[in-house]
Amino acid sequence: MTVDQIIFLIAAASTLFAAFSVVTTGNLIRAAFWLIGALFGVAVIFAILHASFLAVVQVVVYVGAIAILFIFAVMLTRKDMRDQGAQLNRNWKFGAFLSALVFAGLFFLLRGWGGVSKTAAAFPSDFDAVAELGGALVSPDAYVLPFEVASVLLVAALVGAVYVAYNHK
Amino acid sequence: MDFLKDPLQIAANWLFGILAGWGVADLWAQVLIGFLGIFLLIALLMVVDILLVWVERKVVSRFQSRIGPNRVGPFGLIQPFADIIKLLIKEDTTPEGADRALYNLAPVLSMMSVLILWAVVPLAPTILGVDLNIGVLYIIGAGAIGTLSIIMAGWSSNNKYSLLGAFREVAVMLSFEIPMLTMMLIPTIFAGSMGIAAITQAQDVWFFFLAPLAVIIFLIAAIAELGRAPFDMGEAESELISGYNIEYSGMKFGMFYAGELLHAFTFGSFWAILFFGGYRFFGLEKVSAFLAIAVLLFKAFIGYWIIMWVKYTLLRIRIDHMLIFNWKFLTPVAFTLLMVTAFMNALLAASPTWLYVGGMFLSNVLVAWISLELARFAAHKEREKTENTLTADARR
Repeated sequence: MTVDQIIFLIAAASTLFAAFSVVTTGNLIRAAFWLIGALFGVAVIFAILHASFLAVVQVVVYVGAIAILFIFAVMLTRKDMRDQGAQLNRNWKFGAFLSALVFAGLFFLLRGWGGVSKTAAAFPSDFDAVAELGGALVSPDAYVLPFEVASVLLVAALVGAVYVAYNHK
Repeated sequence: MDFLKDPLQIAANWLFGILAGWGVADLWAQVLIGFLGIFLLIALLMVVDILLVWVERKVVSRFQSRIGPNRVGPFGLIQPFADIIKLLIKEDTTPEGADRALYNLAPVLSMMSVLILWAVVPLAPTILGVDLNIGVLYIIGAGAIGTLSIIMAGWSSNNKYSLLGAFREVAVMLSFEIPMLTMMLIPTIFAGSMGIAAITQAQDVWFFFLAPLAVIIFLIAAIAELGRAPFDMGEAESELISGYNIEYSGMKFGMFYAGELLHAFTFGSFWAILFFGGYRFFGLEKVSAFLAIAVLLFKAFIGYWIIMWVKYTLLRIRIDHMLIFNWKFLTPVAFTLLMVTAFMNALLAASPTWLYVGGMFLSNVLVAWISLELARFAAHKEREKTENTLTADARR
């Protein structure tokens, strides 16, 4: 096993454990902190894949903003942080069946794909992933349209939030 | 290779030779040397941190016309060690109903979020942890962990004061992160790279002369990010008794305190690196790596001193004023400045240096002047409105 593989296994295992704890813990704030752990694990996996930009953005956006807002929202809306009800409801059998189905589908799909066992080609030494990403986001041949549509969507959400929160006199 | 130019590399090669002689595999030798390097850096930082306690207490007492610690050792220099011994032998308390795991994790994360920042700091041309090509974003990412540690401490302490303090502190940190990141993008535009080392290398002319307004906005946002006065709403000892770290005692509190001091020093050094040329000073850095470190430390201490100067001079700002100041003034100005800088950069790309620097400087002054005029206009209007309602109320 190479060092990369060991790091990947540790990161993947802790991500899965944290993700599992998110749904099993009874305490909502604890669940949010476990979610942060899972998001950190994903950031580590991005870093292993040499996507350093995505790794840091993952930490900045998800851990630094979204998870913190989750915690704020939970604290401001709930009086009691503990979940009193049962962890599972009547539909758990159907949910388990569905997730098993998705897992099986992905498993068979990826087993047929040869890319899993291949080693990734090394990056050329002058490869600048950040510059490539930046170029792709504003290049008409690449992702300028989705990028702009996402921006417009975010602006619309911002305006909507301001409208909802605005104090009409 | 000259020892004065690149001491760490020579030391690493020497160690590598010894380890190879002992029959250690190359990979493990590299890992070991890497860990030693990290250990060395952190040990150095912690020693600096101990002295920072003394510096901070001495400087604050001078600002307040006091003498400060002067009993233990010459100039009170041994005072911080006495403080540490006191912190170590204090009773370690955990409040009832606290979330034990998170309660203990928070101080560690707080300290860690500061220490990992130094991974990207270029101490000298040849001495730096990693040359990340996303260094600027990495700084913000490390700040996110600091935010996390505060909300963790605030909630897990099971205390209403600490929770309130954490809420305020996090609200401030989240909002001032935006102008700070925007201002970090301005050196990025000048240098054409987000890497901290590349930004330092590109400063033949200090970026301070190219973007004086950005320097000021970055300083304000950094002070808010540090949670220091006048933005220390999260601690506010007069109303929240100490905010998020109220329930911590002994060395756990010490971690928060040391982390805060080192954070301030770190932002002083980032200020120096991003806008004042980092370790560069008239070619002094080319003579020896040790001189380069000395130059960087000197500049960082000046930045740290300015942060202290602001802290001990200004009064605390009310939380709503603080957030309004950020969202309605600082953030729009930062965005405008970023757009103007990008535009001017494209316009002046082919022009000689004096024209480039002059154009950038003037555009900064112009943006500052226009935004201050607009703020003054808005303030006048607001005051008139308030006075009108007041007189109307009085008449009734």
